[in-house]
Amino acid sequence: MKALKLKKEDLYAYLESLKSYGELWGPVPRGERYVYARLTNVREVALQALRTILPPKKFFVPPRFNMFRYSEDRYTEVFDDVKPRVLFGLHPCDIHGLMILDELFLERFPDPYYRKRREATAIIGLSCIPDDKCMARSTNTHAVEGGFDLAFNELGDEYLVWVGSSLGDDLVRLNLDLFNEEIDAQDLQKYLEWRRKRDSRYKLNFDLTGMPDIMELSWDSDLWQELADKCLACGACSMVCPTCNCYNIRDVSDLSLESGVRERHWDSCMNKEYALVAGGHNFREARAERLKLYYTHKLKAFITEYGKPSCVGCGRCIDTCPVNINVAEVIRALKGQEVKV
Amino acid sequence: MTDNSQIAASAPSANPFMPEQMRIVRRSDLTSDVRFFQVRPVDMERALSLDYKPGQFMMVSLAGVGEAPFSISSTPSRPGMLEFCIRKVGRLTGELFKYKENSIIGVRGPYGNGFPLEKMIGKDILIVVGGLGVAPLRSLLLYILDNRDKFGKFYVLHGARTPAEMLFRKEFFEIKERDDLECFLTVDNDPTSQWPFNKGVVTDLFPKIKELDPGNTFATICGPPVMYKFVVAEFLKLGIPKHQILMTLERRMHCGIGKCGHCAIGSIYTCLDGPVFSYWDVLHMKDLI
Repeated sequence: MKALKLKKEDLYAYLESLKSYGELWGPVPRGERYVYARLTNVREVALQALRTILPPKKFFVPPRFNMFRYSEDRYTEVFDDVKPRVLFGLHPCDIHGLMILDELFLERFPDPYYRKRREATAIIGLSCIPDDKCMARSTNTHAVEGGFDLAFNELGDEYLVWVGSSLGDDLVRLNLDLFNEEIDAQDLQKYLEWRRKRDSRYKLNFDLTGMPDIMELSWDSDLWQELADKCLACGACSMVCPTCNCYNIRDVSDLSLESGVRERHWDSCMNKEYALVAGGHNFREARAERLKLYYTHKLKAFITEYGKPSCVGCGRCIDTCPVNINVAEVIRALKGQEVKV
Repeated sequence: MTDNSQIAASAPSANPFMPEQMRIVRRSDLTSDVRFFQVRPVDMERALSLDYKPGQFMMVSLAGVGEAPFSISSTPSRPGMLEFCIRKVGRLTGELFKYKENSIIGVRGPYGNGFPLEKMIGKDILIVVGGLGVAPLRSLLLYILDNRDKFGKFYVLHGARTPAEMLFRKEFFEIKERDDLECFLTVDNDPTSQWPFNKGVVTDLFPKIKELDPGNTFATICGPPVMYKFVVAEFLKLGIPKHQILMTLERRMHCGIGKCGHCAIGSIYTCLDGPVFSYWDVLHMKDLI
């Protein structure tokens, strides 16, 4: 993979030139937290942002969007908000989150709504130093070797810029003069030091090997009911999870009742109606069953299917759950450790 | 106005969520709340080439109402027409029952694994259905009848609450007359006292099964949840291996193609990896039934 260097002082100039590809989006402060927002002014970008409230899935599977417009019995595809975009500032865990969504949405029965948005979007990664809620090293999602067009890695007063795709190469060429192609031994040392620093900062470290077996053997554990007694079933953990992808489909008629839209919106397996079928039978009526499904999907099912957990260790559930049920606490509990929940 | 150039009138679209236009050719009431629908793609060529497997399902789509999955009740061995057996039980079916002959509805699919016909060929077959469970298994039943020489001995047990509630009653009376299978019918209650066949639950019919080679048999069951435990116990008593006991399961589905998540069970999706599962799968995956 090609690597270049960019002086930190040139970052804003480069971000400005990215706008010729499409809308530029990146993390900006929102209250005490951060969100991905359109960067009309590139100086608003929050380079210190660790985790945004919503993960970047919101660009590819928007919380609510129209799939079809219908008129009587005819359907017309809708790709309203698909436009070229550059997403700047995705941390490795979020890039891994997108790669997990890719497996889901681009493999069997490719989803054109996801694919078109994904294809129109350039991904620019940004390195980060973890805080006490990051656990990406445990999920092996703390570094990226692909899944991005460009990846910026902090290197003192410069960025080491990995070029990960042909589009990434085009993006560099938007303002090639800003980049330096000379990488020397000193840069390599700095990069290795930076990696050591990053790796040493993880406070949440879990050994996830054997997790499917542990979950299998904990199937009838009281743990699930104990967690369910506290869980509010609010679904916030799903909303903020980079790999949660469940959705509902709903038809919304206009006032004439002759036409309307078929829309898709986020759902969560924590919602009571999640597995309710016509006739009234609910396959997952108990909150404990739904919690178990959520964590089965993160820590067991995906490992069985793809050899890796579908948790990318971003820490958003830790930040978000109002009653402190999150992937770290559940792993601790499953491993028989004392938990705060 | 809709832009006609963007409408998939009948051809399968590159967009897997795009409903195909299909016409309701015939509908008739099987019981007071179960209706039989025959539909076919508006495009006749597509209608004749539409292929599927017994046990697969389709998503039926009503603009302004939504989509829901339905088992296919027809057999691919009789091409040109899709048949569904649908109980009026929810919002979408409530609307669907208002659709008359010649109406256009949206349908997409077929989806799901269907029955493993390639493994079932040459084997003895035992089909047990109760109530609306006939919907998916009628497809397999008719398929086997249309390919009778490819299968071994063939038993069908069909149970309903009352004679009036027995779905496809006349069809089963005719099937019962055939000499290339053993078909037994039973009802729990007979308010009319006119019922000429067995009275009692479907498991009462098992003693009538003679000459099955259990290790060489595929047994299938579909019916109300209460039935499974008792019928599966009978299958096991006969000595049919757990992986040759097949059942088709229901789950909430919004997509049919492994995206919306609702039918997830462990690491599988009912819509992609099911809806046909073996009893071994059920034991193995815990929250399947």
